[in-house]
Order: sequence, then structure tokens, then C-alpha cells
Amino acid sequence: MDSRRSSRAVIDPKVRQVGFFTSAPLPPDRTQSDPPDPIRSPPLADASSPGNSLSPVMIPPPRHPSDSLLRLPHSPSDAFPPPSPTTTTTSLGDFSDDVTAASSPPPAAARVRGRGSSVKQQGAASSFPGGGFEVPPSVKAPSSVPASGLTTVSVVKLPPGISVEVQSDRALNSKPLKEKTSKAERRAIQEAQRAAKAAAKAEGIKTPAVTALANAKSAKSTKPSPQRNDSAVVVAASEKKGGDRSVEKDRKKDVPHPRMQYDDKSRVQKLKKRSVVKPTEARNRVELFRHLPQYEHGTQLPVLQSKFFQLDTLHPAVYKVGLQYLSGDICGGNARCIAMLQAFQEAIRDYSTPPAKTLSRDLTAKISSYVSFLIDCRPLSVSMGNAIRFLKSQIAKIPISLSESEAKATLHSDIERFINEKIILADRVIVKHAVTKIRDGDVLLTYGSSSAVEMILQHAHELGKQFRVVIVDSRPKHEGKLLLRRLVRKGLSCTYTHINAISYIMHEVTRVFLGASSVLSNGTVYSRVGTACVAMVAYGFHIPVLVCCEAYKFHERVQLDSICSNELGDPDSISKVPGREDINHLDGWDKSENLQLLNLIYDATPSDYVSLIITDYGMIPPTSVPVIVREYGRGQLWI
Amino acid sequence: MPDTQVLVNDFLNKLKKRKIEGSQATARQTAELLRSVISQQRVPYTNQAGALIDAVKAVGEQLIAANPVELAVGNIVRRVLHIIREEDLSLTTAAIGGLNLSAVSDDENDDDRDGDSTLSAAAVAAAARSTLRPPSLQTLLEDTPVSAAVPQTSSSGGDSEGKSKSADKSSRSRKLKHDVIEAVNELIQDIVTCHEQIAEQAVEHIHQNEVILTLGSSRTVLEFLFAAKEKKRSFRVFVAEGAPRYQGHLLAKELVARGLQTTLITDSAVFAMISRVNMVIVGAHAVMANGGVIAPVGMNLVALAAQKHAVPFVVLAGSHKLCPLYPHNPEVLLNELRSPSELLDFGEFSDCMDFGSGSGSPLLHVVNPAFDYVPPKLVSLFITDTGGHNPSYMYRLIADYYSADDLVVQRRATAGN
Repeated sequence: MDSRRSSRAVIDPKVRQVGFFTSAPLPPDRTQSDPPDPIRSPPLADASSPGNSLSPVMIPPPRHPSDSLLRLPHSPSDAFPPPSPTTTTTSLGDFSDDVTAASSPPPAAARVRGRGSSVKQQGAASSFPGGGFEVPPSVKAPSSVPASGLTTVSVVKLPPGISVEVQSDRALNSKPLKEKTSKAERRAIQEAQRAAKAAAKAEGIKTPAVTALANAKSAKSTKPSPQRNDSAVVVAASEKKGGDRSVEKDRKKDVPHPRMQYDDKSRVQKLKKRSVVKPTEARNRVELFRHLPQYEHGTQLPVLQSKFFQLDTLHPAVYKVGLQYLSGDICGGNARCIAMLQAFQEAIRDYSTPPAKTLSRDLTAKISSYVSFLIDCRPLSVSMGNAIRFLKSQIAKIPISLSESEAKATLHSDIERFINEKIILADRVIVKHAVTKIRDGDVLLTYGSSSAVEMILQHAHELGKQFRVVIVDSRPKHEGKLLLRRLVRKGLSCTYTHINAISYIMHEVTRVFLGASSVLSNGTVYSRVGTACVAMVAYGFHIPVLVCCEAYKFHERVQLDSICSNELGDPDSISKVPGREDINHLDGWDKSENLQLLNLIYDATPSDYVSLIITDYGMIPPTSVPVIVREYGRGQLWI
Repeated sequence: MPDTQVLVNDFLNKLKKRKIEGSQATARQTAELLRSVISQQRVPYTNQAGALIDAVKAVGEQLIAANPVELAVGNIVRRVLHIIREEDLSLTTAAIGGLNLSAVSDDENDDDRDGDSTLSAAAVAAAARSTLRPPSLQTLLEDTPVSAAVPQTSSSGGDSEGKSKSADKSSRSRKLKHDVIEAVNELIQDIVTCHEQIAEQAVEHIHQNEVILTLGSSRTVLEFLFAAKEKKRSFRVFVAEGAPRYQGHLLAKELVARGLQTTLITDSAVFAMISRVNMVIVGAHAVMANGGVIAPVGMNLVALAAQKHAVPFVVLAGSHKLCPLYPHNPEVLLNELRSPSELLDFGEFSDCMDFGSGSGSPLLHVVNPAFDYVPPKLVSLFITDTGGHNPSYMYRLIADYYSADDLVVQRRATAGN
């Protein structure tokens, strides 16, 4: 059972490293979950918080089940209290094999307080005021701690009063995409941590000091653990790079790739060769939007239908989702994302690795081809992009040693978890937060149809709050009608109007709830076209604008206007007004050279119009978006 | 005069049923109707101006009540009243001038004198102003009595004065009516040609390669853009379609037919596109005395977006759209709600909109206002047929067209009755 726990624990610190990474060596945490431990008293725990080197933004790390074992790293000040005898003795021999593995120094030093929870060690390093860095690494301990991909430790015997350092920054700095942790590695890591802890303890009680330093080679040479296979060592070695530089590199890699610009002829040609669908280009392009794909709408559909039996490269589920995107049957960020992920789930289930290929590589390529098919059908939303990044990273993380069926099962559950935690549970949290902002007698305005807002309204209604809803709609999609129908059926009192009347209706509104397709890192809310208008008018009327957006839709991109990046819809839906036969002025005119019809799908709302963004991490001002993206951007993707 | 009554009723019906829309059409038809009212009105022997004013007011009151939101009707009624007063004034001035010169006083009818005596002092000053000759600096400095200035004016218009002096009463009454009808004809002419006069200024405002945004459709805007196009300026126009009437489609069609580069956008995309627009040029439904604009619904959105991006917001308005009233709560009081069927199909939600079913108040309301109010601070410039003006100057412009006595048509009329 313990190995189970700690195997999960290997991943945990990565969560913690997000945002609270500090290069300062930290002491091991001793106020751990050991019940009989007398040091673990409230005052001490409190004392630790001011001193520890958290980033000034004190956002608690995301909680998930294993998190109860996680503790914040403690400050040096409280990490080494006068050790009480009980501490040193209680948990000795908890893991006999670990102890023997880790400590051949004098038994007194080998007071290993092993617990599955020793994970927390990993992110932290401890040192005495005396400072252990200057200790020559050549001084080798008779026995040492195993090295691993994440933690490379060498135990050095030293005169008393010198430090213990568990070098685990690698885990923090290296790009998690690359790391592959096999069971053996995890084992090794665990052992390393225990050893380090033992060393620390030894220090604490002034026994001959043990210093653990980053030195994979020494570790490898001195003590290969029986289970460790070679791959782990190789990975460990490869991972071992200068910490600072890798941070730099990661930063650079973080910068999102420039998006495809469709006015770049050569690249468009290249893309066309690859793509399955051959859309015809729109004739009358709007000059300003040449950089966006502009295709005759609907022409792909018959082509795709005719090709149904030839597209053997595509999984039918993906194909179906693609068609649904194309026809507009599935719209809305969450719905599209879930549909895509479920299609991928099916595709992965039916996937079998071709001979002489590795699963991770081949599957990634497969997914990429699916994605490009979906892009052909409709450009990806930010939420989908994030989900794809997550999936690819999960595929890349699959250890080679895993069998195909196991790997597929892992991926399946990963996707399931993503859908559950990032979308469904996140929405539930958002609803919980948002409902607190609804009071009796409120008049809530919403624009278009956002799934999150709809849930909020319904939940508030179920709670018995008395409020009225104003649904503002716009051409050409008229999403609001569907929302209106659903809400009216639930018995909510609704007012329906169109976007031009927004200044008229805004007089009676007390709150504006908006959904978002994405929130960009400069606080810009990227959402269905017209959202900016609504937010602007609300701002003009001094009415709070609350944007509801799951954190997985956050993106580190920045955008100032709605033109540089957008999506173009079907222009024909502009010239025709369904249900109004009298509006036929443009019949026959849409072929004219001089007339262009522009059907924008999104716009960018400047952050100053937004009072509050409600996410699954709580309610934040738009200025805090970059913080969330930075602190959680990784963590949320690599759960 | 049964025929005028028929005409009036006909027009009232049209107004009530909203058969006539668009301020230009209403303004022209109102003016024509009032012209026939005036020509049919039997003028009494005495106090002809008063009789005409009463007649016009009586009709005007009905017209305004028929469609209070169509401010052009009220504007034209006030304009006609103003014309009657002015004409009467100029005649009186001439007469007084004649009297002063010839030193004949008791010849005139007593009633008439009573009616006009209150006017005379102001009338003379107004007459002086109406001849567009400001009092000379000397008279101002020496504070000479107004009466001293009068002989000058009257002597300047020597020929008319000579006529009026020699004319008998019947000819004078005919002259007043005749003058008024002449002036109303001029007014109608003004209304008809205001597009051209506004469009003449187009080249001063539109330069090469400009990007212009407009919302809905307005004949004035159309002519304005054409005029610039004819002067070989090439520019592009973004047209917001102006839901729920979608008049933007009409405008786009007209523009394309004339060879202008036109892009039709949805109303919701206005904010997205405004950052690439150099100028917003729109028409108006009415311009209020404070410089605020009553415009087709959605205009406030455009104006706010334009302000956010510091894009000039230019309103084109013929002088018949200038309303001498100050708006109070214009979004509600100067607005009307149109049929929900423009937004939702009948039958689709009719069960929810039914007042009869359930607990009385329906679950669903549909709001479909016709107009929007744009506050003066959002307007950069008004272009009228007399040139470009600031919103803050509107009150002054209005004083040129209306007399202060007519601002409230209804109450006067009821009090009079």
C-alpha cells in the first residue's frame, strides 16, 4: 500500500512546484502526518507560514485527493527545533528495507521517518545555516541514496553541523513533458527522499552529518537498487541539466506558437496539401481579415460525406464530431471540448500500435492528424487547444514499459478525469461561487447562451432566490432563444431582447453574467461576438460584469483587439434573415464585387469592463488572470 | 372647411398606424397639410395671425398626439407657428413704421391695437433682427430708445412699407396668408433639399481611404456618402445591419449599387470593428435642444464604442429634425416598443407570453424598443443644412427656428380652448 501511495506522490510535488517554486534550499518537513509526533503542534505549523518562501501571491495549490498529504515547505526557522527524543525514535523501522537501503551510516543517523507522505521532501531541500553547498561532492558517503529522474542525491558524510541538500529542483525546472517516470524510478525517488530525510534527521540530532548533493553518477555507482532498471538511470542523467537554464528555456517554450496566418501563401499551400477537406475559398474576403481562414461555408459537408468510406485514417467518432462542428450541431466551448475528448477516447480505445512503432509517438501523430481534421471543420477554441495539449502530454508521459492495454486504460482515465475535474466539477464550483452573488430582487442580464451561466441561473432558481433574467440575443445565431426556452420551461421569469436594445434594458439590470470562450492573460475576455458591447454598456451604467469561465480555458496568449485573432462564420447567414421575408434587399447582391459580408464569431472584451471573473479557483479580478495562468497553467494541464 | 378635416383625419390615421415613418416624409407631409389648413382657414377681419395660429395649433395638437414619438411633426407645427408670427411681425412692423412715419395713429382698429400692443416693443426689436441688421454700436452705446431705431428699419424697407401704408385692410389680410403660405412652401422646399445641402459638405469631412461606419439606413447618410464618392474620394463603409429592422441591408445594397466598397456586419460586431474605423456617420431621428440625439435603436452602443476608441461620431440631421424640447428620461418617454414578432416568431413562445394563463403575470417579456438616446457628450459633430455644429450649440440653433411661445404646443392650445 505504501508503494502505491508514494508512486502517486511522485507526481504530487509537481503540483506544488507550480508557483511556489523557490530556489532557496528548504529544510525537510518534519511536522508530518505522523500522529504521535509531538512537534506537529498548531503553533509551530503557524510559525512556518510567514517564514516559508512562498511566493507573495498566496494562492493555495489546487487540491486533489492526494493533496492531504502535501504540506507547504517549512521555513528553516521552524524546521530544526530542538529535536525531541520521541521524534527521532517513533517511526524508526517503519520501512525496514528502505532504512537499510538508505542508511549505512551509523544507526543513530538512520532514523528514518519513512512514510508514504515523505513526498513533500521532494520539492524541498534543507540546509543548515552553515550551508552545505560548498561541501565538495567528492566526499562520498559509504552508502548513498538512489538517484532518479527527479531527484539525484548523493549522501556525503561530513563533520557535524553541515547541511543536507536534496537536490530536487530538477523536477521543478525540467519540462514535465519530458519526464517519464516508471515504477522503478518512482521507487528510486522514494528511496532518495527517505534517505534524505534520514540524513536530515541525523543532522538534527548532531550525529555525523549527511549531505545529499546532486550527483547522479555517484548515486548510480554506489547503490543500484534491485528494481531499478537502466532506463531510469538514463533518464536521470538526461534530465540532469543546469536548473536555471532549463527554467529559461521553459519560459521561452511557454510562449505560444504564433498562430497560422492565412495570408501567408506558402504556408497555406502546405496546409492544403495535408488537409482532408478541400474547402473553396470565399470570394469576397474582408480585407482586414485576410489572415484568417475564410472559406465558403458548407461546401465541405458534401465532400466529406462522399469521402466517408475513403477516410480510413480517421476514426469514425472523430469524423462524426468533425461533421457536428461543421454543421453547428455542437457549439459552445465546453460542449465542443467534451465532444472532442470523448471522440478521442473512443479513438484511443480502438487504437492499436502498428508494428515497429512506439505507442506514444504513433498515437501523438494520430491525434495530431485528428486535430488537423477538426481544425479543417472548424478552428479550435482555446479550451480545445488546452485539452489537446493536456492529452498529448499525457501520451508523452506514458512509460515505455507499460503495455498497450494499460497505456490505453491510463489515457482513458486521464481524459475522463480531465472532463470531470476541469469541466464538470469546475462548473459546479463556479456555480457555487456565483450563486453567492445573486440576491433576491436582482435583475440578471446574460448574453447569448453560456452553459455556465445557465447552470448558475438554474441553481439560483432552485435555491429559491427571487430574480429576473434578461436574455440579450443577437444575430445570426440566436443562441439566446434556446436558453430562453430552457429557462422559461424551468419557470424563471425572463425578458428577451436583442443586442441593439441593450442601452434601453440596462437601466433595470443589477448584474451582468457573461460566459467566455477564453480568458487571455492580459485580462481580455475572448467570447462570442457582442459580449464586448454588453460589457461596455454595463460598464457605462456602473453595473457589475461577472464573467464565468472555467480555468482550463485560460490562456497565456494576449490580445488587444478582435481582429488579430478571430473566427469567421458563414457570410451568407448575414444577408438572410430567417423568418423575415420582407428583408430581402440583398438577394442577388451578395455576388457583387463591392459587397462583403462579415460574420465575426468572437470579440475581445477589454479587461476594464470586467468587474470579476468567476473561475473554479474562486472569484478573481481580471488583473489576476496572468497569475492564475502562471501559477496553475502547468498544474492544471499536468494534473 | 370639411376638406381640411378629411385631410387631417387621413393624416392622423396614417400617423397612428405608423404608415408614415421617417422624419423627412412626416415633416414634409405635415408641412403640406398645414399649408392646406392655412389656405383653407377663413381669416377674420381682425387678428388674422391669431386666427391662423389657433387653427394650426388645433391641428398640430392632434398630430402630435397621434404619434408623440415622431418629433418631426411637432417640429414642423412649431416651425409653421413661428413662420406665422414672423410674417405677422414683419407686417406689423411695416405698419407701425408706416404709422410712425405718417403719424397716423387712430386709423387702426382698437382690437387690433390691443392684440398687438404687447407685441409691439418686442416686435420691433425682432423685426430689426429679422432684417439681419444688428443694432449699430452707436445706438447701443448711446442707449437710444428702440423707437428711434424703428424708423431706420422701416425706411430701409421703403417699398413694402409704402405698399402696406397704402393698402387697405382686406389686402393686408390676404397678404399675411399669402406670405405665410409662401414661407411654408419655402420650408417644404428646405425639407426636400436638406439632403443635398448636407451632402455638399461631405468632401470637407471624408478624405481618401477613410473607413466609415454607419448603422441602419438613413437617406441623409446615403446622399452624404454618394456626394463624397462623386468627388472621387474612395473609401470603405462598414454598415451595421440595425436589427430588428435590418435597414442596413438596404443601405448596403444602395451603396454597392453606386460602387462603394461596402462591408455588412452584424450589430454585435460593432465593438470589434470600431477600432479600425476612422469615423462614424449616422443619421438621426431627432435632435434635442440639449444636443442629445434620438436615433434608431442601437445607436447608443455605436456611440459608446466610438467614444471608447476616440472615433468621431458625426450625426447628420436636417433642420426639420431639430426639436426645441429638452429631453427628460428620453430612453423611456421618447421611445416606443415595437412588436415582439420582430424578435420571436408568433407561436414560438406565445404560451409563455400569455397574460391569461397561470398566475397572471407572464414568464416571458419581449422588449423591442424602436429608438435609442445618445447623450450629447457622445456626439462629436452635428452636420445640418446650415453647417457643422457642436452639440452644445444646438439650443442656439433652435432659437433661430422656433419662437419661445410655441415650445409647448399642447398646453397653450388647451388653455386657449
